[in-house]
Amino acid sequence: MSELINKVTQLLNDKTIDVFIGYEKGSADRIRAAFARTAEQAAKLVYTASCTQNLAGYLMKHEVKKLGKPGLLANVAALRSIMQLASEFQVKDGEVYVLFANADGSFTEFTSFASIEAYLGTTDVGIKSDEQEMIARLEAMSVQERWLFWNKEFDKCIKCYACRAACPMCYCHRCTTDVNQPQWIPVASHERGNLDYHLMRAMHLAGRCVNCGECANACPMDIPLNLLTYQLIDPIKNTFGATAGMKADAVYALSTYKPDDKENFII
Amino acid sequence: MDQQNIYQPYLMQIEKITEEAPGVKTFRLKFTDENEGNNFSFHTGQFGEYSVFGEGEVTFCVASPHTRKGYIECTFREAGRVTTELASLNEGDTIGFRGPYGNIFPIEDWKGKNLLFIAGGIALPPMRSVIWSCLDQRENFKDITILYGARTVADLVYKHELAEWKERPDVNLVTTVDPGGETPDWKGDVGFVPTILDRMQPVSENTIAIVCGPPVMIKFTFPVLEKYGFTDDNVYTTLENRMKCGLGKCGRCNVGKVFVCKDGPVFTRTQLKQLPDEY
Amino acid sequence: MEKELKILKYNDLPKLIERFRTQGYPVLAPVRKNKVVEIETVESLDAVALDALLSTQSAKKAAFPKVEKVIDYTLGKNAVQQVPVNPETHPETILFGVRPCDASGFKSLDAIFGDTPRDEFYLKKKEKTTIVSFSCPVADSYCFCTSVGGGPGNTAGSDIQFTAISKEELLVEILTEKGAKLASHFTDLLSDTKGDIDKNKFLAEVKVVFDMNAVVGKTTASFNNTALWLEQSLRCIGCGACAFVCPTCACFDFQDEQNTKKGVRLRLWDSCGFSLFTLHTSGHNPREVQSQRWRQRIMHKFAYMPEQLHVVGCEGCGRCSRACPVDMNIKEHLTSIGEIVTV
Ligand SMILES: Cc1cc2nc3c(=O)[nH]c(=O)nc-3n(C[C@H](O)[C@H](O)[C@H](O)COP(=O)(O)OP(=O)(O)OC[C@H]3O[C@@H](n4cnc5c(N)ncnc54)[C@H](O)[C@@H]3O)c2cc1C
Ligand code: SF4
Ligand code: SF4
Ligand code: FES
Repeated sequence: MSELINKVTQLLNDKTIDVFIGYEKGSADRIRAAFARTAEQAAKLVYTASCTQNLAGYLMKHEVKKLGKPGLLANVAALRSIMQLASEFQVKDGEVYVLFANADGSFTEFTSFASIEAYLGTTDVGIKSDEQEMIARLEAMSVQERWLFWNKEFDKCIKCYACRAACPMCYCHRCTTDVNQPQWIPVASHERGNLDYHLMRAMHLAGRCVNCGECANACPMDIPLNLLTYQLIDPIKNTFGATAGMKADAVYALSTYKPDDKENFII
Repeated sequence: MDQQNIYQPYLMQIEKITEEAPGVKTFRLKFTDENEGNNFSFHTGQFGEYSVFGEGEVTFCVASPHTRKGYIECTFREAGRVTTELASLNEGDTIGFRGPYGNIFPIEDWKGKNLLFIAGGIALPPMRSVIWSCLDQRENFKDITILYGARTVADLVYKHELAEWKERPDVNLVTTVDPGGETPDWKGDVGFVPTILDRMQPVSENTIAIVCGPPVMIKFTFPVLEKYGFTDDNVYTTLENRMKCGLGKCGRCNVGKVFVCKDGPVFTRTQLKQLPDEY
Repeated sequence: MEKELKILKYNDLPKLIERFRTQGYPVLAPVRKNKVVEIETVESLDAVALDALLSTQSAKKAAFPKVEKVIDYTLGKNAVQQVPVNPETHPETILFGVRPCDASGFKSLDAIFGDTPRDEFYLKKKEKTTIVSFSCPVADSYCFCTSVGGGPGNTAGSDIQFTAISKEELLVEILTEKGAKLASHFTDLLSDTKGDIDKNKFLAEVKVVFDMNAVVGKTTASFNNTALWLEQSLRCIGCGACAFVCPTCACFDFQDEQNTKKGVRLRLWDSCGFSLFTLHTSGHNPREVQSQRWRQRIMHKFAYMPEQLHVVGCEGCGRCSRACPVDMNIKEHLTSIGEIVTV
């Protein structure tokens, strides 16, 4: 812990950064995001095994941006978020100071996108085994069964949009659900409104989801909606050879045409 | 009307449509149920929720004077979903109306005083209701001055009424357009509303000023009024926050503890100064 | 009415639901679904999660559902015909097994919807709901009901309250006429209390963490304390989880839905935490940033409602904090407001 605190204090003192986005102790046994701008605030930073929240989403938050140059305590998911945001022109090289938490408790500095890319190239970025199992279960279902499964899950949804708010890739200034001319998605949290919202969200994250799981973690109704976007990871990879959040200058598979793109999805 | 359901609108038929300016129309609305029309009354300054069925509701003030019965009018600018649909409707079509809501311009208290109306752009509608309500009982007021400005000549609304007021010896009408907005045959002033107001050297003695317009206009108009000695109690304006229910329930239109839909939309500058900066 | 005290055998509890169902009353109760506890219609006591600390969402949906029709119409050529939506048609319903903070949470909604003009959609449903609450034998660190005038055995808002006084017996407090009417269906199962029962002995201990009047006063005075609201809300991501699970949050939206022949206007839950909530069509937003929206949440409950409706808009149930994806803890934030040293 003191290594982290010393490092951040030094970064703040020598003005490398204006704010460090890390973790602090939260309520009950929870850990939460912290925004250290002073040595005093830095002294409250912690890093434990429970520090799993992907903090990269805060880079897009208006009031956090206004605090000045950010430093970020990143896990693998956050690194990938930064890469994906970079490829979508949301962050530039050098704009974010990244401190990466290694598995052994030590920290590595990433000062350029190239160094992040290099690291990610040697890392396992796949989804967790229990999630893989769930996806296998879903894929083994008949279309009808899968439809029922999701309908039952969406039935719980209250459209609080916590999933969207927590997702580092849902930074759109005006989300499709918020557009009312035309009203693409019914606003109501009824069967149709919930279904349309989740399908739209999954489609907009296809090939962009960095499998951090923030959406499902955020959901107060315990809907495993990360599985929706996770299920799209392999198809996109197999069809277009692309995995989200690995390269800062990647072009987005679903918005780019290549002459050798497979056309087997056209019936 | 279902007494139990405060959200159920009256059905209204569009009797007449007037094109006021690009994207701005006035609808004259008649109650589909004559009884409802006869029982309906409102006061100047109040507003309502107008609905295009299938699209939703929008908030407009009632632009006609309360002294004229049997119909109401609204003037609106095409802005978003509902207003765009509204603009595409024809005479004879049915829309919904809930209201009247909100507080009023206390014109009873203004009797025996001079009135100075200052309006900018699309903000003439709320003002028009007061102006006509006062003109319909002209003998109760002293001098009536109207200063009205728009971006360009084309953007001026109520052109025929402006002409009528211009003709009247008992109304002093000054119209102005922003620099660059004039046409070769424009006979009015050129300049922003606050500048023209300053040039007019308004008399504050025994005068009520009513100011409606875009936030910038209001911001620069208040100091001019102050310069000529208008006290905050004698300056009136309206606030327009996003509304849904119009009844103090849906929780979105408040400025601090004040609900614009219930406690407003009419405020004196004294009241405005007590409100936090949340509008 | 004077409250009445009775004893019910735990073993007879299933009979209550059975009888309510035979009488035709729908029964809403907490039901466990994996990690969440929902308020749903139940057919028997087996389904009821009586051991749950609190349901994930509050019980407000019994009278203020997330989606509700307020107007209904058919479309003809140029003409619209309205089909009245009658708030009266709601059936007599029993809300069973909820907590005292659920029951008392309705007083905020009563104040908002009961203020003139009366919103009968809510009021009629509320009127037709009989609330049978269970006092709290346990609480967690998110609970702070005692700091906002409630408590684990608070009977305000309940028609009947049960308290487990032993493994075999429940204390039954019949609190209102409505409660008495419902109790008439199980009078035969009730016996008289023997001697004084100290209910407090069977309740969770919930420490008072702040002085409510001080918090109300300081919140009211803190509108312009921008630093306070920013500091509290930097991690807030602007979702609606807190508002939607809250028993007292009443803000709503209207949306129309129609096909070529008919349509409806729906009333939907909305939240002051959403940036869209106050956005003008012009693009101007009076509450442009999240700290202003967070301020609205706190000020509405602790400054505006006390002044206008004479009720504090919070029951201290802590649901918002448990549901919050980023650990915005309202108890902690209110405590820190209470600790502001006014100069
Ligand atoms: C007191 C008052 C008086 C006014 N008087 C006039 C007047 O006389 N003339 C005039 O032209 N204007 C007036 N206005 C302004 C007018 O109300 C707005 O221009 C109008 O509401 C725009 O509506 P719209 O449907 O065109 O816009 P939209 O932006 O499309 O809004 C449509 C409705 O849907 C809501 N909405 C928008 N997007 C979403 C979404 N994604 N999800 C959920 N809900 C959404 C909005 O809250 C709105 O109620 C007045 C406003 C007020 C408050
Ligand atoms: S977080 Fe859960 S309840 Fe909220 S909108 Fe997303 S899926 Fe629905
Ligand atoms: S604000 Fe939070 S603690 Fe208070 S009643 Fe609502 S959900 Fe419960
Ligand atoms: S418009 Fe709903 S509270 Fe004012």
